[in-house]
Amino acid sequence: MPERRANAEGTLLAGLRSGDETAFAALVDDLHGGLLAFARTFTSSPALAEDIVQETWLAVIRGLHAFEERSSIKTWVFSILVRRARTMAARDARQSGPHTNGSTEVEWEPGQGRRGLWEQSPVPWALEDPAMIHQSQEAFEVLQSTLDAMPETQRQVVLLRDVEGLPAIDVCNVLDLSETNQRVVLHRGRARLRKALDRYMQDGSRPPSPAGRGAGGGIR
Amino acid sequence: MNCYETIDLMGDALEGCLAPESRAGFDEHLEECAACRNYLDQLRITLDALERLPRPRVTNPRRSELIEAFHRLRENKD
Repeated sequence: MPERRANAEGTLLAGLRSGDETAFAALVDDLHGGLLAFARTFTSSPALAEDIVQETWLAVIRGLHAFEERSSIKTWVFSILVRRARTMAARDARQSGPHTNGSTEVEWEPGQGRRGLWEQSPVPWALEDPAMIHQSQEAFEVLQSTLDAMPETQRQVVLLRDVEGLPAIDVCNVLDLSETNQRVVLHRGRARLRKALDRYMQDGSRPPSPAGRGAGGGIR
Repeated sequence: MNCYETIDLMGDALEGCLAPESRAGFDEHLEECAACRNYLDQLRITLDALERLPRPRVTNPRRSELIEAFHRLRENKD
Protein backbone atom coordinates (compact mmCIF):
# COMPACT_ATOMS: atom_id res chain seq x y z
CA MET A 1 0.00 0.00 0.00
CA PRO A 2 1.43 3.45 -0.90
CA GLU A 3 2.52 5.41 2.13
CA ARG A 4 0.05 8.27 1.78
CA ARG A 5 -2.80 5.83 1.45
CA ALA A 6 -1.54 3.90 4.48
CA ASN A 7 -1.55 7.12 6.52
CA ALA A 8 -5.08 7.97 5.43
CA GLU A 9 -6.12 4.45 6.41
CA GLY A 10 -4.46 4.80 9.79
CA THR A 11 -6.26 8.08 10.45
CA LEU A 12 -9.58 6.60 9.40
CA LEU A 13 -9.13 3.51 11.55
CA ALA A 14 -8.06 5.54 14.57
CA GLY A 15 -11.14 7.72 14.07
CA LEU A 16 -13.43 4.72 13.82
CA ARG A 17 -11.96 3.12 16.91
CA SER A 18 -12.26 6.29 18.94
CA GLY A 19 -15.96 6.48 18.07
CA ASP A 20 -15.84 9.26 15.45
CA GLU A 21 -19.37 9.13 14.05
CA THR A 22 -18.59 11.45 11.16
CA ALA A 23 -15.80 9.14 10.00
CA PHE A 24 -18.10 6.13 10.28
CA ALA A 25 -20.95 7.84 8.40
CA ALA A 26 -18.54 8.91 5.65
CA LEU A 27 -17.32 5.33 5.28
CA VAL A 28 -20.88 4.02 5.08
CA ASP A 29 -21.77 6.60 2.41
CA ASP A 30 -18.58 5.97 0.49
CA LEU A 31 -18.91 2.19 0.28
CA HIS A 32 -22.67 1.69 0.27
CA GLY A 33 -23.28 1.72 -3.50
CA GLY A 34 -20.36 -0.61 -4.20
CA LEU A 35 -21.36 -3.00 -1.42
CA LEU A 36 -24.94 -3.08 -2.63
CA ALA A 37 -23.88 -3.81 -6.22
CA PHE A 38 -21.62 -6.56 -4.90
CA ALA A 39 -24.30 -8.02 -2.60
CA ARG A 40 -26.59 -8.30 -5.63
CA THR A 41 -24.21 -10.85 -7.15
CA PHE A 42 -25.21 -13.26 -4.39
CA THR A 43 -28.98 -12.92 -4.66
CA SER A 44 -31.64 -11.87 -7.10
CA SER A 45 -33.62 -10.30 -4.27
CA PRO A 46 -33.00 -6.55 -3.87
CA ALA A 47 -34.37 -6.68 -0.30
CA LEU A 48 -32.02 -9.49 0.67
CA ALA A 49 -29.09 -7.61 -0.90
CA GLU A 50 -29.91 -4.64 1.34
CA ASP A 51 -30.12 -6.90 4.38
CA ILE A 52 -26.74 -8.39 3.53
CA VAL A 53 -25.18 -4.91 3.37
CA GLN A 54 -26.81 -3.92 6.64
CA GLU A 55 -25.62 -7.08 8.42
CA THR A 56 -22.16 -6.44 7.01
CA TRP A 57 -22.01 -2.99 8.59
CA LEU A 58 -23.22 -4.32 11.94
CA ALA A 59 -20.46 -6.95 11.79
CA VAL A 60 -17.96 -4.22 10.90
CA ILE A 61 -18.99 -2.20 13.97
CA ARG A 62 -18.64 -5.24 16.22
CA GLY A 63 -15.35 -6.26 14.64
CA LEU A 64 -13.57 -2.91 14.58
CA HIS A 65 -11.56 -3.49 17.74
CA ALA A 66 -10.35 -6.88 16.49
CA PHE A 67 -9.50 -5.82 12.91
CA GLU A 68 -5.89 -6.84 12.37
CA GLU A 69 -5.05 -4.47 9.52
CA ARG A 70 -3.72 -7.20 7.30
CA SER A 71 -5.66 -5.64 4.45
CA SER A 72 -7.21 -2.26 3.70
CA ILE A 73 -10.42 -1.38 5.53
CA LYS A 74 -12.29 -1.59 2.23
CA THR A 75 -11.06 -5.13 1.53
CA TRP A 76 -11.92 -6.12 5.08
CA VAL A 77 -15.49 -4.81 4.71
CA PHE A 78 -15.94 -6.66 1.40
CA SER A 79 -14.62 -9.89 2.92
CA ILE A 80 -17.15 -9.60 5.74
CA LEU A 81 -19.86 -9.08 3.15
CA VAL A 82 -18.87 -12.29 1.34
CA ARG A 83 -19.21 -14.32 4.54
CA ARG A 84 -22.57 -12.78 5.48
CA ALA A 85 -23.84 -13.09 1.90
CA ARG A 86 -22.93 -16.76 1.55
CA THR A 87 -24.81 -17.64 4.74
CA MET A 88 -27.81 -15.41 4.09
CA ALA A 89 -28.17 -16.18 0.38
CA ALA A 90 -27.92 -19.92 1.05
CA ARG A 91 -30.67 -19.68 3.66
CA ASP A 92 -32.81 -17.68 1.24
CA ALA A 93 -32.16 -20.05 -1.67
CA ARG A 94 -33.62 -22.94 0.30
CA GLN A 95 -36.86 -20.99 0.57
CA SER A 96 -37.14 -19.48 -2.88
CA GLY A 97 -35.14 -21.80 -5.12
CA PRO A 98 -31.84 -20.97 -6.77
CA HIS A 99 -31.60 -17.93 -9.02
CA THR A 100 -30.17 -18.27 -12.49
CA ASN A 101 -26.59 -17.45 -13.09
CA GLY A 102 -26.95 -15.89 -16.49
CA SER A 103 -25.27 -17.14 -19.62
CA THR A 104 -22.01 -19.00 -19.49
CA GLU A 105 -20.87 -17.88 -22.92
CA VAL A 106 -17.10 -17.73 -23.07
CA GLU A 107 -15.69 -14.90 -25.10
CA TRP A 108 -12.04 -15.78 -25.20
CA GLU A 109 -9.96 -18.54 -23.77
CA PRO A 110 -6.32 -17.71 -24.08
CA GLY A 111 -4.36 -20.24 -26.05
CA GLN A 112 -7.18 -22.61 -26.87
CA GLY A 113 -10.33 -23.10 -28.82
CA ARG A 114 -9.56 -21.00 -31.86
CA ARG A 115 -7.34 -22.07 -34.69
CA GLY A 116 -6.77 -18.73 -36.34
CA LEU A 117 -5.34 -16.09 -34.08
CA TRP A 118 -7.86 -13.45 -35.08
CA GLU A 119 -11.01 -14.56 -36.82
CA GLN A 120 -12.07 -10.96 -36.84
CA SER A 121 -9.40 -8.40 -36.20
CA PRO A 122 -10.53 -5.68 -33.84
CA VAL A 123 -11.34 -2.48 -35.70
CA PRO A 124 -10.52 0.76 -33.86
CA TRP A 125 -13.45 2.46 -32.22
CA ALA A 126 -14.41 5.74 -33.81
CA LEU A 127 -13.57 7.89 -30.80
CA GLU A 128 -11.72 11.14 -31.22
CA ASP A 129 -10.89 10.96 -27.56
CA PRO A 130 -11.19 7.71 -25.55
CA ALA A 131 -12.52 9.74 -22.63
CA MET A 132 -15.65 10.41 -24.71
CA ILE A 133 -16.93 7.01 -23.69
CA HIS A 134 -17.15 8.18 -20.08
CA GLN A 135 -19.71 10.77 -21.14
CA SER A 136 -21.88 8.09 -22.62
CA GLN A 137 -24.70 6.85 -20.42
CA GLU A 138 -25.37 4.18 -23.04
CA ALA A 139 -21.85 2.80 -22.88
CA PHE A 140 -22.21 2.41 -19.11
CA GLU A 141 -25.54 0.68 -19.63
CA VAL A 142 -23.87 -1.76 -22.03
CA LEU A 143 -21.23 -2.54 -19.42
CA GLN A 144 -23.82 -2.86 -16.65
CA SER A 145 -26.06 -5.29 -18.53
CA THR A 146 -23.04 -7.33 -19.59
CA LEU A 147 -21.92 -7.52 -15.96
CA ASP A 148 -25.42 -8.47 -14.82
CA ALA A 149 -25.50 -11.38 -17.29
CA MET A 150 -22.14 -12.81 -16.17
CA PRO A 151 -21.70 -16.01 -14.19
CA GLU A 152 -21.52 -15.20 -10.48
CA THR A 153 -17.79 -15.59 -9.87
CA GLN A 154 -16.84 -13.73 -13.03
CA ARG A 155 -19.05 -10.83 -12.07
CA GLN A 156 -17.65 -10.79 -8.54
CA VAL A 157 -14.04 -10.78 -9.69
CA VAL A 158 -14.61 -8.00 -12.22
CA LEU A 159 -16.54 -5.90 -9.71
CA LEU A 160 -13.87 -6.21 -7.04
CA ARG A 161 -10.86 -5.80 -9.32
CA ASP A 162 -11.97 -3.35 -11.98
CA VAL A 163 -14.87 -1.45 -10.44
CA GLU A 164 -13.79 -1.35 -6.79
CA GLY A 165 -10.07 -1.47 -7.59
CA LEU A 166 -9.02 -4.07 -5.02
CA PRO A 167 -5.57 -5.67 -5.53
CA ALA A 168 -5.46 -9.17 -7.06
CA ILE A 169 -4.22 -10.78 -3.86
CA ASP A 170 -7.13 -9.30 -1.88
CA VAL A 171 -9.64 -10.57 -4.42
CA CYS A 172 -8.15 -14.08 -4.16
CA ASN A 173 -8.50 -13.96 -0.38
CA VAL A 174 -11.95 -12.41 -0.29
CA LEU A 175 -13.41 -14.90 -2.79
CA ASP A 176 -11.25 -17.95 -1.88
CA LEU A 177 -9.80 -18.21 -5.38
CA SER A 178 -6.36 -19.36 -6.42
CA GLU A 179 -4.22 -16.76 -8.15
CA THR A 180 -4.41 -18.66 -11.44
CA ASN A 181 -8.14 -19.05 -11.27
CA GLN A 182 -8.68 -15.40 -10.44
CA ARG A 183 -6.52 -14.41 -13.37
CA VAL A 184 -8.38 -16.59 -15.86
CA VAL A 185 -11.80 -15.49 -14.62
CA LEU A 186 -10.81 -11.83 -14.76
CA HIS A 187 -9.34 -12.21 -18.22
CA ARG A 188 -12.54 -13.75 -19.57
CA GLY A 189 -14.70 -11.18 -17.87
CA ARG A 190 -12.73 -8.28 -19.27
CA ALA A 191 -12.71 -9.84 -22.74
CA ARG A 192 -16.45 -10.19 -22.57
CA LEU A 193 -16.94 -6.56 -21.55
CA ARG A 194 -14.63 -5.35 -24.30
CA LYS A 195 -16.57 -7.39 -26.82
CA ALA A 196 -19.89 -5.97 -25.64
CA LEU A 197 -18.54 -2.41 -25.93
CA ASP A 198 -17.13 -3.31 -29.34
CA ARG A 199 -20.54 -4.45 -30.61
CA TYR A 200 -22.05 -1.25 -29.31
CA MET A 201 -19.33 0.94 -30.80
CA GLN A 202 -19.42 -0.79 -34.20
CA ASP A 203 -23.15 -0.98 -34.81
CA GLY A 204 -24.89 0.46 -31.78
CA SER A 205 -26.23 -2.91 -30.61
CA ARG A 206 -26.86 -3.32 -26.92
CA PRO A 207 -27.10 -6.51 -24.92
CA PRO A 208 -30.59 -7.36 -23.69
CA SER A 209 -31.29 -6.35 -20.10
CA PRO A 210 -31.44 -9.42 -17.89
CA ALA A 211 -34.87 -10.28 -16.53
CA GLY A 212 -35.88 -8.37 -13.47
CA ARG A 213 -34.16 -5.14 -14.40
CA GLY A 214 -35.72 -2.37 -16.38
CA ALA A 215 -33.78 -0.69 -19.17
CA GLY A 216 -30.82 0.98 -17.56
CA GLY A 217 -32.09 0.01 -14.13
CA GLY A 218 -28.65 -0.98 -12.98
CA ILE A 219 -27.18 2.45 -13.37
CA ARG A 220 -29.59 4.80 -11.73
CA MET B 1 5.23 -14.01 -28.89
CA ASN B 2 1.93 -14.70 -30.68
CA CYS B 3 -1.46 -13.02 -30.35
CA TYR B 4 -2.70 -15.39 -27.64
CA GLU B 5 0.29 -14.84 -25.43
CA THR B 6 0.18 -11.12 -26.01
CA ILE B 7 -3.51 -10.83 -25.16
CA ASP B 8 -2.94 -12.94 -22.07
CA LEU B 9 -0.44 -10.37 -20.79
CA MET B 10 -2.46 -7.26 -21.62
CA GLY B 11 -4.14 -7.10 -18.24
CA ASP B 12 -0.75 -7.15 -16.51
CA ALA B 13 0.59 -4.56 -18.92
CA LEU B 14 -2.32 -2.19 -18.29
CA GLU B 15 -1.90 -2.58 -14.55
CA GLY B 16 1.81 -1.87 -14.87
CA CYS B 17 2.90 -5.27 -13.57
CA LEU B 18 4.13 -6.96 -16.73
CA ALA B 19 7.01 -9.32 -15.89
CA PRO B 20 10.28 -7.70 -17.06
CA GLU B 21 11.24 -10.81 -19.04
CA SER B 22 8.01 -10.53 -21.08
CA ARG B 23 8.34 -6.84 -21.88
CA ALA B 24 10.47 -7.08 -25.02
CA GLY B 25 8.40 -9.84 -26.64
CA PHE B 26 5.17 -8.07 -25.77
CA ASP B 27 6.28 -4.72 -27.21
CA GLU B 28 7.69 -6.40 -30.29
CA HIS B 29 4.45 -8.19 -31.01
CA LEU B 30 2.40 -5.02 -30.60
CA GLU B 31 4.75 -3.21 -32.95
CA GLU B 32 3.93 -5.75 -35.66
CA CYS B 33 0.29 -6.53 -34.99
CA ALA B 34 -2.31 -3.82 -35.56
CA ALA B 35 -5.12 -6.12 -34.40
CA CYS B 36 -3.53 -6.58 -31.00
CA ARG B 37 -2.80 -2.88 -30.76
CA ASN B 38 -6.47 -2.16 -31.36
CA TYR B 39 -7.46 -4.79 -28.84
CA LEU B 40 -5.14 -3.32 -26.22
CA ASP B 41 -6.54 0.18 -26.82
CA GLN B 42 -10.07 -1.12 -26.45
CA LEU B 43 -9.23 -3.05 -23.32
CA ARG B 44 -7.71 0.10 -21.82
CA ILE B 45 -10.85 2.10 -22.59
CA THR B 46 -13.01 -0.70 -21.17
CA LEU B 47 -11.07 -0.78 -17.90
CA ASP B 48 -11.12 3.02 -17.61
CA ALA B 49 -14.88 2.97 -18.08
CA LEU B 50 -15.33 0.19 -15.49
CA GLU B 51 -13.42 2.27 -12.97
CA ARG B 52 -15.98 5.01 -13.54
CA LEU B 53 -19.02 2.73 -13.65
CA PRO B 54 -21.79 4.45 -11.69
CA ARG B 55 -22.66 2.56 -8.50
CA PRO B 56 -26.30 2.24 -7.49
CA ARG B 57 -27.09 5.81 -6.46
CA VAL B 58 -28.93 5.25 -3.25
CA THR B 59 -28.44 6.36 0.27
CA ASN B 60 -28.57 3.55 2.73
CA PRO B 61 -32.19 3.65 3.90
CA ARG B 62 -31.10 2.35 7.30
CA ARG B 63 -28.14 4.68 7.63
CA SER B 64 -29.29 6.21 10.90
CA GLU B 65 -29.83 2.74 12.38
CA LEU B 66 -26.18 1.98 11.66
CA ILE B 67 -24.87 5.20 13.11
CA GLU B 68 -26.90 4.55 16.23
CA ALA B 69 -25.48 1.03 16.50
CA PHE B 70 -21.98 2.47 16.07
CA HIS B 71 -22.64 5.05 18.75
CA ARG B 72 -24.13 2.52 21.16
CA LEU B 73 -21.23 0.11 20.88
CA ARG B 74 -18.72 2.91 21.44
CA GLU B 75 -20.61 4.08 24.52
CA ASN B 76 -20.80 0.63 26.03
CA LYS B 77 -17.07 0.25 25.68
CA ASP B 78 -16.15 3.53 27.38
